[in-house]
Amino acid sequence: MTAVSPAPAATREALGPTLKRLAGEGLPIVVVDADLGVSTTARQFREAYPDRFFSVGIAEQNMIGVSAGLAAAGKTAFCSTFGVFMPGRCFDQIRVSVAQPGLNVKMVASHGGISVGEDGISAQAIEDLALISSLPGVNVIVPADVVEATQAIELAARTPGPFYIRTGRPKIPVIHDETYRFQLGKADVLRQGSDATIIALGIMVQPALDAARALEQEGVDCRVLNMATLRPLDEAAIVAAARETGAIVTAEEHQVHVGMAAMVARVVTANDPAPMGAVGMRDRYAESGRWDQLMERYGLTSDAIVREVKAVLARKTGSDGRK
Amino acid sequence: MLADLGSGHPGGSLSSVEILTAIYFSVLRHDPKRPDWPDRDRFILSKGHACPVLYSTMAEAGYFPVEELTTFRKLDSRLQGHPKAGSPPGVEMSSGSLGQGLSYSIGQCLAARLDGKAFRVYCLLGDGECQEGQTWEALMCAPFHQLDNLVAIIDRNGVQNDWYVAETMDLEPLDAKLTAFGWHVIPVDGHDLGQLVDAFEEAKGITGKPTAIIARTVKGKGVSFMENNPDWHGKAPSKEQAEQALAEIGE
Repeated sequence: MTAVSPAPAATREALGPTLKRLAGEGLPIVVVDADLGVSTTARQFREAYPDRFFSVGIAEQNMIGVSAGLAAAGKTAFCSTFGVFMPGRCFDQIRVSVAQPGLNVKMVASHGGISVGEDGISAQAIEDLALISSLPGVNVIVPADVVEATQAIELAARTPGPFYIRTGRPKIPVIHDETYRFQLGKADVLRQGSDATIIALGIMVQPALDAARALEQEGVDCRVLNMATLRPLDEAAIVAAARETGAIVTAEEHQVHVGMAAMVARVVTANDPAPMGAVGMRDRYAESGRWDQLMERYGLTSDAIVREVKAVLARKTGSDGRK
Repeated sequence: MLADLGSGHPGGSLSSVEILTAIYFSVLRHDPKRPDWPDRDRFILSKGHACPVLYSTMAEAGYFPVEELTTFRKLDSRLQGHPKAGSPPGVEMSSGSLGQGLSYSIGQCLAARLDGKAFRVYCLLGDGECQEGQTWEALMCAPFHQLDNLVAIIDRNGVQNDWYVAETMDLEPLDAKLTAFGWHVIPVDGHDLGQLVDAFEEAKGITGKPTAIIARTVKGKGVSFMENNPDWHGKAPSKEQAEQALAEIGE
């Protein structure tokens, strides 16, 4: 499960090859592109299926509407651009043309989070998950590595209804091997533990595993959940984590006040309340810089998770942090 | 229907009556008993607030009983305040947020061409709606993809929610703009059924580009106190006003 692949890969690299393969298997896939298909890798689909690749130019609102129309006529419509433009630039189009009628549109948004790096804050999507998660009926997935991204894209293509999949720009470690099977709406328990649970999303899953290993050296036994499906949220796994470990830290590359931290807190407080901490963007924007420098500066690291776990353990009632 | 309820959009519905009549009773290849027939022509109401005329026309065409019109906008009704796709079957698209219908129509046309299907897509836009940026994204897109299976009809009634279009954000010269964007443009009197039907027939013969029919209409057509009056975009008549209106229209 945690075998390390020799070559790090970006989750965005999964899109083009996966779409080509699935179309080859007979799925009625079409791609609608708004001039970022080279970066999202969707444009690779065009080489194999030029008549099923539709360019709309830099026009994300039209991209969503055209995708909706294709879906209503029986196509499995993939559209892709950067996370700052979808859902941000076309939110109402997603809401009215896709989400409300529940159409078969698969939105794959690359360059999520501050790990976009040098392009700066206009290009860093750290509110996309809040926007898209506000829409009933839209499945939201943030894969942790390229293996999971590939499987999430395939699952979306084979499952009716709207999907939003957020991928990333930088090459990151590959956590899963080919035996892994992504399940929609199921948290993946990467590591069992009894003292605290780290619930991680996307690019923060590897740092969560690193943090758990570091805490193990200090005698803290951490559970690690990869919450790759943000919607529908695996509430049972969250409730179990709160009940069985009594402390929860979330880790996400997103604004925490409207992100996974807030969603998990709603579930925790409605069931078995446990102290919580959050690692993520704290109600601010980042800046330009190399992506690893930004992760360091804005506290999206394994060290930050370790500190947060310790702080939460200190708040466990009447204990030294151990069960 | 609207007076009974106390809300709705009479002005932009009355301006579209002949357009929808021409489409549903002369132009569209459809079967009200088989609303999911894959090869049917599609009518997309982009100006969703005009759904009273859509529902009325669909009921007359046999999609559902005329008596159901009295449930419009009421709890549990299939006739939602703005169109909801499939409610009732035959309503093609959810709309009500202006500017989205033409993009959706383009997607349908691309799918038809890809599948070698002969169905055509008719999309009705309001002229106020043509102020939306997405409309122009779509107006640019359809000729680029040479969608000759697409007809956009613009209900050019000259009045929008608050005031007159020309004094809110003027569209003119609309025909020149559409022609420059690559559309085959046909101006008609939108209350003349003969002109409308002829225009739709002409559109079928156009190849390599989509057709835009600019239908000159009168908002609130047929009701003296509503005609060309911005007050009647989104307000229902009283019982007395409704009686007068129906008498004038000669229902």
